[in-house]
Amino acid sequence: MKSISNLRDGIVRGETTARAATESALNAAEKLNDSLNAFLEIDRAGALNRAAQVDAQSEKTDLPLAGVPFAIKDNICVRGMQTSCGSRILGPYHPPYNATVIDRLIAAGSVIIGKTNCDEFAMGSSNENSAFGPVKNPWDLSRVPGGSSGGSAAAVAAGIVPVALGSDTGGSVRQPAALCGVIGLKPTYGRVSRYGLVAFGSSLDQIGVLAGEVSDAAAVLQVIAGRDSSDATTADVPVPDYSAELNEDVKGLRIGVSRVLLGKGVHPEVRAAIEKSIEAYRDLGAEIVDVDLPHAKYAIAVYYIIATAEASSNLARFDGVRYGFRAKDAPALKEMYRKTRDEGFGPEVKRRIMLGTYVLSHGYYDAYYLKAQQVRTLLRQDFTRAFEKCDAVLTPTTPTPAFLFGEKVDDPLAMYLNDIYTVTANLAGVPGISVPCGLSSDGLPIGLQLLGPYWSEARLLRLAHAYQTARPLNARPRVFA
Amino acid sequence: MTNSWETIIGLEVHAQLNTGSKIFCGCATRFGDEPNSNTCPVCLGLPGALPVLNWRAVELGARAALALGLNINHRSIFSRKNYFYPDLPKGYQISQYDQPFSANGVLEIMTADRDEAGHAHDWHPMTVNVTRLHLEEDAGKNVHEGLPEVDRYSYIDLNRAGTPLAEIVTEPDFRSSWQAYDYVNHVRRALLWVGASEADMEKGNLRCEANVSVRRVGDPTLGTKVELKNLNSVRFMQRAIEFEVERHIRTLESGGRLVQETLLWDEKLAETRPMRSKEEAHDYRYFPEPDLPPLIVPDEFIEQTRAAMPELPGPRARRFSESYGLSFADASQLTAERSLADYYESAVEASGNARATANWIRSELSRELENAGLTAAKSPVPATELGALVRMIDEGKISGKQGKDVLVEMFRSGKSAGAVVEERGLVQVSDTGEIDRVIDLVIAASPNQLEQYRAGKETLFGFFVGQVMKASKGKANPKVVNERLREKLKS
Repeated sequence: MKSISNLRDGIVRGETTARAATESALNAAEKLNDSLNAFLEIDRAGALNRAAQVDAQSEKTDLPLAGVPFAIKDNICVRGMQTSCGSRILGPYHPPYNATVIDRLIAAGSVIIGKTNCDEFAMGSSNENSAFGPVKNPWDLSRVPGGSSGGSAAAVAAGIVPVALGSDTGGSVRQPAALCGVIGLKPTYGRVSRYGLVAFGSSLDQIGVLAGEVSDAAAVLQVIAGRDSSDATTADVPVPDYSAELNEDVKGLRIGVSRVLLGKGVHPEVRAAIEKSIEAYRDLGAEIVDVDLPHAKYAIAVYYIIATAEASSNLARFDGVRYGFRAKDAPALKEMYRKTRDEGFGPEVKRRIMLGTYVLSHGYYDAYYLKAQQVRTLLRQDFTRAFEKCDAVLTPTTPTPAFLFGEKVDDPLAMYLNDIYTVTANLAGVPGISVPCGLSSDGLPIGLQLLGPYWSEARLLRLAHAYQTARPLNARPRVFA
Repeated sequence: MTNSWETIIGLEVHAQLNTGSKIFCGCATRFGDEPNSNTCPVCLGLPGALPVLNWRAVELGARAALALGLNINHRSIFSRKNYFYPDLPKGYQISQYDQPFSANGVLEIMTADRDEAGHAHDWHPMTVNVTRLHLEEDAGKNVHEGLPEVDRYSYIDLNRAGTPLAEIVTEPDFRSSWQAYDYVNHVRRALLWVGASEADMEKGNLRCEANVSVRRVGDPTLGTKVELKNLNSVRFMQRAIEFEVERHIRTLESGGRLVQETLLWDEKLAETRPMRSKEEAHDYRYFPEPDLPPLIVPDEFIEQTRAAMPELPGPRARRFSESYGLSFADASQLTAERSLADYYESAVEASGNARATANWIRSELSRELENAGLTAAKSPVPATELGALVRMIDEGKISGKQGKDVLVEMFRSGKSAGAVVEERGLVQVSDTGEIDRVIDLVIAASPNQLEQYRAGKETLFGFFVGQVMKASKGKANPKVVNERLREKLKS
């Protein structure tokens, strides 16, 4: 697949058209969706319409993403398309407005071809929690693509689209990126507007980019980043040129490695791949330093308190009253609430709503929610201290490569441990990126994760780009456009 | 017997802040529009929408706090109050909880004892401890009446959802329904005064809930409390509290037990009744609203807000009393509303007589305004014209009695004092020569009465005054007529 800058430049120069790019993406999506189940909606008519608009525009040099086909995770609102969040409870819901990121992508000339499958309300690490069946991993259809942005990751990995948007609450962009062998970028909390992203854990959620190339992730971040007057949690921090330092070398940059994080629980092949990538960075001139994140061991516990607490409140609006699914045969109000939510939500979502309701309950708030917030503060301080010693922290993105469907589905705790390396970034609010760093003996991708200080996306992209250039993943998934 | 009981009342007042748009989105707060027309993804609670604080609500909240003499916290936190109800589109209300906009304030109000007929006497100051003043969004409205098919469905109007409110909560400091009454009136006036709220209970932009309990005097523990709702005027609230206090005492004295519950006041039946739905012990699971950063209110902002506020009623009443020589009662009455106080001061400027102007406003003008259902701001008689009228009377151009008629006509027609006086030929005659001439004619025409008067029947003096006034068509200055008549009748 071409990088988006090649594609875009070709369209701007008139060597090809947005229509051609869009058609080829649509054809691939339609052809591969039977096997991948990556898309919940493919909007052929809308996308071709949009492509025609782009082609009709005489001056395209101002469009940084002219004609670039996009896939959007189905928890981000796009006017004219469905938003299901992978849940039955939204029923046939069509939002009357665009998320801010969508407005920005459209203004930049991109063409949205469809909405991608995900774990219900972004809750899951395997895509098995989608009400519409799981996405399959293009490298091995018997394995999970990761989650929750599994559809976006698979669509990029299979070469259907060069880039896609996902959302990352505890690793939901980075983890499927690692399992599908693509780039997954989670920006700093407050870097990208959440307006129009259906909330899961509001203090953790961040829209992120899945891309085949680091440079493409940089180009997309360039368009979607920045203060938004509709999201009070976006920061008024200047947006740098993310492509400017992309090609600079990484000599002298310090990469922090925590030996503890490479200890038990890590798949030996993942550990080996990470050790190799550390060596690769050393070869590129980076300095490797030891760092310690002493509170990282509490991260999963803290995450599953805060995320579920916020989710229990965020998902209260799905009550069958105003939109989406409403249970039949419920004559009284409370019965209607109960039946709608019972029939509309899947088991994992219910589990998290119950957990979240519990930790916020009178008499338990201090012991759980408040304590978790305190540990969250300590974890932030861990990162602050670590970043005094290094420019980025390197960890595996996931403890194992893609696992089999059904392997962990009955063991929520084992499933939650998939997020062990990724949740820390969401709790601390720092940016992170997952970069493919090799294949397992089964031919499954392995990802390395780089975490940086607040607003350091440019440096993370530069580190990732240096790695991808030096050690590209010269393999293609089995299912490819 | 009731003397051995003590009443304990705490109040919660919800005041709608007078913003043009809602607290977390740009939708209009206009009342009475087509249902659900003033809505957007944010106030509809659509998936993905996010709140953004309307700073105007903060400004009016600050005005409200300052008008009540409350502090403003430099940093406060919005929290989510979680509960399910169809008029609450997000399933939570954005409110404030453990770090409110203002906390632990002390408010001084004036309160009075009331006689049997409810007339106030013995006004005296009272200290009220205000637990908190916080900002929050209003919910929408469930509509069960007035629509087709309503027997099958209820409807929801979300125009009101997201309207900014200031909730003001007191400690259980009130010991009588009248204290509560005086407090709510004080709050109402203060909020209206600074333009923070229209503070109209009938329109629902001021809502009040009362927590009421009784206990034996000297008993340190509080009795079982009830929460009173549906109090649609300050007077209704007072009556509802009174009703509950009597019920509590009656129940307890007859050995009965009280239940902690929420009661609605039914003004028509003049009684309380339990809320239809069983009041559950709600656990609102408050937690900090992650979609909104902490509300930081800089000192400069508070100072700017304070500087932009009008002189408050208390200080203004004191000033009226001191610089215009008015009694406390007069000064209080003239500062009952800001528009009235403004009216008074403009009128004084035109009349040059502060006390006479106060009397004219309090008696004649107030009556006309009340009859017409108007406030001073809407008076058809402008303040400068009322002042002109008072000045004419002061200068003896017309009599006080004429003045009353002139004011009625000014009020009716909107004409100036001068125009009405001229139209009616009402210029008062004080010229002694002219008055003497009339008196001579009257005396000449009444020889019998003159004889009787001179024989000692002094009550006939009034007869002569009446005849002179009549002959002068009421224009003669009564003071001069009196003087001259006494003189003439003697000789």
